Amino acid sequence: MKLHRVKQLLNAVVLSGESHLDDEVQSGFGCDLMSDVLCFRTEDAILLTGLINRQVLNTVDIANMNSIIFVRDKIPSDEVIKMAQERDLLVMSTKYILFEACGILYANGLRGAYLK
Amino acid sequence: MNYKLAFEVERGDFETAGDASRKIKRTLQQLGISNKIIRKVSIAGYEGEMNLAIHSLGGTILLTVAEKEIDLTIEDRGPGIQDLSLAMTEGWSTAGDEARRMGFGAGMGLPNMQKNADHFQIDSKVGVGTKIAMKFFL
Ligand SMILES: Nc1ncnc2c1ncn2[C@@H]1O[C@H](COP(=O)(O)OP(=O)(O)OP(=O)(O)O)[C@@H](O)[C@H]1O
Ligand SMILES: [Mg+2]
Repeated sequence: MKLHRVKQLLNAVVLSGESHLDDEVQSGFGCDLMSDVLCFRTEDAILLTGLINRQVLNTVDIANMNSIIFVRDKIPSDEVIKMAQERDLLVMSTKYILFEACGILYANGLRGAYLK
Repeated sequence: MNYKLAFEVERGDFETAGDASRKIKRTLQQLGISNKIIRKVSIAGYEGEMNLAIHSLGGTILLTVAEKEIDLTIEDRGPGIQDLSLAMTEGWSTAGDEARRMGFGAGMGLPNMQKNADHFQIDSKVGVGTKIAMKFFL
């Protein structure tokens, strides 16, 4: 699935990295525990999370994930958005709660990232 | 040819925690190491770096890239770990609220470091510190 489609399905606003909307996404992972994220095969996956601090950006970088979606209308601080822009990382925000956002993407064919 | 890189990580410095591991990742990319190994080293490094910031009194990360292996050594100045087998148990954590708010405290970091490394050795002494030595074979 293209990230464009993800944006459309979740009615999301783009906070940084707009040029990556043409990229393909392979899978998704929804979680507020960063060490859990790092236990899974999450390369090129989207991270859906309710946390909005800078360690979320670091986790996605370290795990080679391709984008972040903040759920429940959460918007990080200007500092975190600026950091994402500097890293050229696609970050979006959606009004859906984590459960709904994951459900919508799953219903449209995106699959979960699995244990390695 | 041996390539070495060292980083200091301060206790509670959550503003810069993660910088060392990201630098390690970029360095390994520049050295032409395979993505598979870079991911393992970066994940183990990042978990170790966050543990230094969250649980230790501060410490160092040392990366050595040799011809056949990458060594990652993470050593701190205390407080040390009382029960190592408990600390290595998935799900066991003493992380406080601040760490949990940032998404840490699942009790998965140390076990995941062990999983990613080809060789993993942890030694700890209460009142002295903890040392984790990891090897990744190239
Ligand atoms: N460098 C350290 N110094 C002292 N105690 C440590 C250190 N590293 C880990 N520990 C202890 O071991 C426990 C388990 O560590 P581990 O990294 O597996 O989980 P965590 O840091 O609590 O959570 P997570 O890594 O999933 O975010 C910690 O909660 C802490 O009590
Ligand atoms: Mg940890």
